[in-house]
Amino acid sequence: MSIFHPKGNWFRAPTGSERMWVGLALVWCLVMSITMPWWHFQGKQNAPSETYEVDPAAFMERVNQFVDAHQVDEVNGVPIVEPPPGGDAYLMGQMWRWYPVLKLKEGQTYRIHVSSVDLQHGLSILPLNMNVHVLPGYDYVMTVTPTTSGEFNIICNEFCGIGHHLMTGRIIVES
Amino acid sequence: MNTQTATTDEYRVCNTTGLNIFRKAEWFVKANAVLAVIFLLVGAVAALLLALTRWSNVMLLSDVWYYRMLTVHGVNMLVFWIIFLEMAILYFASTTLLNTRLFSKKLAYVSLVLMTIGAIATNYIMFAGQADVLLTSYPPLEAHPLFYLGIILFAVGALIVCFNFFATLYIAKKNKTYEGSMPLVTFGAATAAIIAVVALVHGAIALVPTFFWSMGWTEMMDPGVYRLFWWGLGHHSQQINVAAMVAVWYFIATMSTGAKPLNETVCRAAFILYILFINLAAAHHLLVDPGFSAEWKMWNTSYAMYLAVLASMIHGYTVPASMEVAMRRKGFNKGIFGWFARLPWKDPGFSAVALSAIIFGFIGGITGVTLGTEQINIMAHNTLRIPGHFHATVVGGTSLAFMGLCYYVVPLIFQKDFYLKGLARIQPWIFGGGIVIMSLGMSFAGTYGVPRRTYDSDFSGATLETGFDPVAHIMLGILGIGGILAFIGLLLFILLVVAAVFFGPSLKGKKMPTWQTPEAQKMTDDLISRGYEEEGKDYKHIKTPGTVVLVLIFLLSFAIYYFANWAALADLWHIR
Ligand code: HEM
Ligand SMILES: [Cu+2]
Ligand SMILES: [Cu+2]
Repeated sequence: MSIFHPKGNWFRAPTGSERMWVGLALVWCLVMSITMPWWHFQGKQNAPSETYEVDPAAFMERVNQFVDAHQVDEVNGVPIVEPPPGGDAYLMGQMWRWYPVLKLKEGQTYRIHVSSVDLQHGLSILPLNMNVHVLPGYDYVMTVTPTTSGEFNIICNEFCGIGHHLMTGRIIVES
Repeated sequence: MNTQTATTDEYRVCNTTGLNIFRKAEWFVKANAVLAVIFLLVGAVAALLLALTRWSNVMLLSDVWYYRMLTVHGVNMLVFWIIFLEMAILYFASTTLLNTRLFSKKLAYVSLVLMTIGAIATNYIMFAGQADVLLTSYPPLEAHPLFYLGIILFAVGALIVCFNFFATLYIAKKNKTYEGSMPLVTFGAATAAIIAVVALVHGAIALVPTFFWSMGWTEMMDPGVYRLFWWGLGHHSQQINVAAMVAVWYFIATMSTGAKPLNETVCRAAFILYILFINLAAAHHLLVDPGFSAEWKMWNTSYAMYLAVLASMIHGYTVPASMEVAMRRKGFNKGIFGWFARLPWKDPGFSAVALSAIIFGFIGGITGVTLGTEQINIMAHNTLRIPGHFHATVVGGTSLAFMGLCYYVVPLIFQKDFYLKGLARIQPWIFGGGIVIMSLGMSFAGTYGVPRRTYDSDFSGATLETGFDPVAHIMLGILGIGGILAFIGLLLFILLVVAAVFFGPSLKGKKMPTWQTPEAQKMTDDLISRGYEEEGKDYKHIKTPGTVVLVLIFLLSFAIYYFANWAALADLWHIR
């Protein structure tokens, strides 16, 4: 009885189907533990880890330089910026917008620096449903290769104050 | 069993179990349980409003009140309801099950006062609109200092209860109030208490400096470091909930079916795995955060975390298997599932626990391990898939199990009988069903990328417009309907419990009325009274084919869901 104390020596190895299940469960846990590092080397989608410390003001400055250097157009007053293929791009989370709009080429690889200049934000690229967390003070480098083309919306999915549900952005991918 | 009513000033003898119930400790079991239910009600009202706001065709609240209610709901449910009830469990599991008095009544009062003041202060400031920072209060978001202070006071109180619990275990051992090892349920409660101490230490590291900062005394804590420590609190707390829930599973399995753990070594080893391997698993909240290496993330989610998963999978077998053995010993031996059909489904304590195990395992567990995989988390972080997952663990799992426990606590500890037993019998099904529907609605909406913690899923009025597939909106409607159903189930629970506790017929000096037929109850009693030793002798010859089939179906579902997510991941853009 689980509510009464067991008497005598209750120490013994599992037997029968209980033993089988413990073994099976252990094997499954090992399968899952191996899948993760395997995908790390073989898979194309891994959580980014490259990070640098950055002062929010300095990050905003770099974003502005990036926009000045590579702006090609604008949409609803937001600059559209085309970084050189293979080069660095910047995406700033700010209450309440993702700035600027990026224009990328399918199949090219970009280093997209994301950071916040105020609160924590959540970068969510739709309809792909790719998400990373964005913190002030951290320059998070996502090395991204778009494999599909079209217009992709960005939303914020971490609460960042009362205008959180107005915080959007966009990535345009040309084929 | 023991039907005589021997009592002293210090304790009374339970007319149902024959255990000694210590009066002082009993009072604290009651007080904590009542407080738990009060805060559950606050959280439940907020829950209904939230569900009716996320339902995109209804959008009941204004944006300000949505975020405010989200804070109120998260804090009252995940902190106050769950922890107050866990405190009640600690008092019960240490005193009654070990046949000992409480270590210190004074400490118990102090902790109760601290926790109550803390909970009221935090609620006051949330409703006053000065703490719209959500449960996690991630800096640089800043709340009124009272918000942090209230939670800190509450936590200090909880820490004192844990201390009182350990001291009670110590005096029981010293005074030899029991022989041999402590009962499994107490062992599970001790596991929860140990993890609670680790959790609260992490919480202090995150929240005390944040409180100082909100007072203007110090600089803000680094947001990344805050997240690391906050999740040391947040994640460990979930492991407390799991350990406490499993202890309740074992308790109710014995009380309602007469089950006995098949193998004490296995059950206890699984609890120990929780303690040993949980510390590292907070990482699965930080998988797509900047600042951590891939090695750190993988190590901390897989090698260590999966041993805690192993532990849950073991309990997922041992609990139903012990019930299967008990049922077969009663003679329900027909086929593979004959015993299953004859389980005491009319006992709401039992059905709540059975549903809890199914929902926790099949929905909560499978989604949790999958979404907590480093790479798959890219498709899940901060989407509605996350609340979809944890409403199946901490709500459909832990909260439902705790409701089941209350169907025994009210007659056994409060010594009151329920009214409207027919409604009580269906209550777990309404609540569990509602939570399953809501959780599925959330999870499927989340696979379209619908964000959690967001007032307007369509971001209407944003400079760059966006929006979701109509199917995602249907899923939000399902979320809403499931939420309403769960709310009805929850309200029913509160009404039944309150009516019984405050106005119910007294059961003093009586045996707890059975939820089953008298014959079924007699068989359960017989099994319990045959005690431990005899029980253990012949179980080896009884097989558990039904449970084996159940767990194999579980493993298959797990594998399908897990690999389907990897397949979906392969369609994303390349990212590293
Ligand atoms: C009637 C039952 C319940 C319903 C209908 C319900 C519904 C909801 C809804 C709609 C959300 C908001 C999701 C979002 O917009 O991001 C939510 C969040 C949440 N719920 Fe529940 N819930 C219920 C019970 C519970 C219980 C019993 C617990 C804990 C024990 C709980 C814990 C939480 C937490 C921690 C959050 C997240 C808060 C945050 O994002 O800060 N819920 N719930
Ligand atoms: Cu944001
Ligand atoms: Cu936001």
